[in-house]
Amino acid sequence: MRVNFTVNGRPQQADDVWEGESLLYVLRERLGLPGSKNACEQGECGSCTVRLDGLPVCACLVAAGQAEGREVVTVEGLAEHARRRAAGAGTPPEPAGTSLDEARRWTAAPDGTRAAALSPVQQAFVDAGAVQCGFCTPGLLVAADELIERNPEPSDADIREALSGNLCRCTGYETILDAVRLAAARAGEAGPR
Amino acid sequence: MEFLRPGSWEEALAAKAEHPEAVPLAGGTDVMVEINFDRRRPDHLLDLNRIGDLYEWETGEDEVRLGASVPYARIMEELRAELPGLALAAHTVGSPQIRNRGSVGGNLGAASPAGDSHPPLLAAGAQVEAESVRGTRLIPAEEFYTGVKRNALAPDELIRAVRIARADGPQQFSKVGTRNAMVIAVCAFSLALHPRSRTVRTGIGSAAPTPVRARAAEDFLAAALEEGGCWESGRPVPPSAARRFAELAAGACNPIDDVRGSARYRRHAVAVMARRTLGWTWDAYRSGGRDSRCA
Ligand SMILES: Cc1cc2nc3c(=O)[nH]c(=O)nc-3n(C[C@H](O)[C@H](O)[C@H](O)COP(=O)(O)OP(=O)(O)OC[C@H]3O[C@@H](n4cnc5c(N)ncnc54)[C@H](O)[C@@H]3O)c2cc1C
Ligand code: FES
Ligand code: FES
Repeated sequence: MRVNFTVNGRPQQADDVWEGESLLYVLRERLGLPGSKNACEQGECGSCTVRLDGLPVCACLVAAGQAEGREVVTVEGLAEHARRRAAGAGTPPEPAGTSLDEARRWTAAPDGTRAAALSPVQQAFVDAGAVQCGFCTPGLLVAADELIERNPEPSDADIREALSGNLCRCTGYETILDAVRLAAARAGEAGPR
Repeated sequence: MEFLRPGSWEEALAAKAEHPEAVPLAGGTDVMVEINFDRRRPDHLLDLNRIGDLYEWETGEDEVRLGASVPYARIMEELRAELPGLALAAHTVGSPQIRNRGSVGGNLGAASPAGDSHPPLLAAGAQVEAESVRGTRLIPAEEFYTGVKRNALAPDELIRAVRIARADGPQQFSKVGTRNAMVIAVCAFSLALHPRSRTVRTGIGSAAPTPVRARAAEDFLAAALEEGGCWESGRPVPPSAARRFAELAAGACNPIDDVRGSARYRRHAVAVMARRTLGWTWDAYRSGGRDSRCA
């Protein structure tokens, strides 16, 4: 079957999708967006976390057909998503979103072009040393960014709760908590969004 | 495999009548795991995500009619006052990602004895609104669970909503697991005080082939509270009565030994949870919390 949906602000189409296929598979294997990771395929690890119509979900548990007509934000579109949010969500600048090509070629480059810029949460993860092997990072970034969007001054309990669906085998979580606190504090300094 | 995508409830019922073996797909947090692991290959998936009615609820004088697909996240945020037991249980399901998708309709469809919504539904008093092209029927929660992962739905039926009595007193939910998030219950217990009818109701999860009520415990406690004049005076529940209530709750279990816990542990834990939830709810009732809010 064919699935039409919006990914990182741009309409996309996936063809020859098997009916039992997950959104995660479509993102990674059909659209070429491997940022969302595939580890457990049973909702336990959160490394596949994306936003579906704004809500963080495990892409491995969403049937591709259920994404029809919906909006998905992946880690590849996170920087642009955060930029637009900071600019005021009301009137999106044109052209909106991250193109598939940009997203596929995405690499971190601190002083690079707009497309390669990091979102505040991503920068905080780098600065706090919250990334080791990096496998869990995309899911954590999507979850943490959504938390700060919803709750600009999260308590430690709020952070723990928001990230409770994301597993990390490397860091022991402390640096991840530091990163989220840092991102929230910087957003606060930058003034209310 | 075919992906059926009804745009309305009527279309969904028609599709289920035409393909009774079709597997309904709500949040997918049970179904997709089975498909990902090749444990299930249905000929038809029946996607319910497009049916807006299933994501809404109506709050009436005596009950909440909760659409089958309303995700746990909304229940815990928006229905705390009306459905405190269920809201507490919802908060313990999986993780935020799971709670954004998983639903009570899906929990009932899966009918796992460990499902977290079952104990509070039993304790509050709930009826499953099952519908097919043949019509609608209301199935009391206690009759809905028919065996391990089996329920009373006919092949052509879908769950439209769950009708849950609005809390008329404090309610609690307690769950034993190895950590706070992402944990299947070793066992679970829910208690609801119903001051209006001067009754108490319970629900036990994961300690028998199906979720069950501890009826003997309920009857005993109601009689003890009545006899002691406790409902009027708000006097503490006598410790001996609380102990007996806990014993009777454990007696309602018919648990198994498995990787998550032994039968003996489960019986013990249910007794502890029964005593604690009684303490919490009764304290809330006494401290003027004679409204619907929980401790
Ligand atoms: C990582 C993880 C953690 C979990 N943790 C918990 C937990 O802590 N507690 C807990 O109770 N559960 C837990 N679960 C299981 C699951 O999330 C719940 O059972 C949830 O309520 C299922 O809801 P759903 O909408 O996702 O159902 P789905 O997966 O869409 O469906 C589940 C079943 O119900 C049927 N169904 C769905 N809607 C209807 C309907 N309207 N009419 C008839 N049949 C229907 C489906 O065909 C299927 O058989 C967890 C799952 C995962 C993956
Ligand atoms: S891959 Fe989806 S939660 Fe682990
Ligand atoms: S950094 Fe390796 S899993 Fe988290």
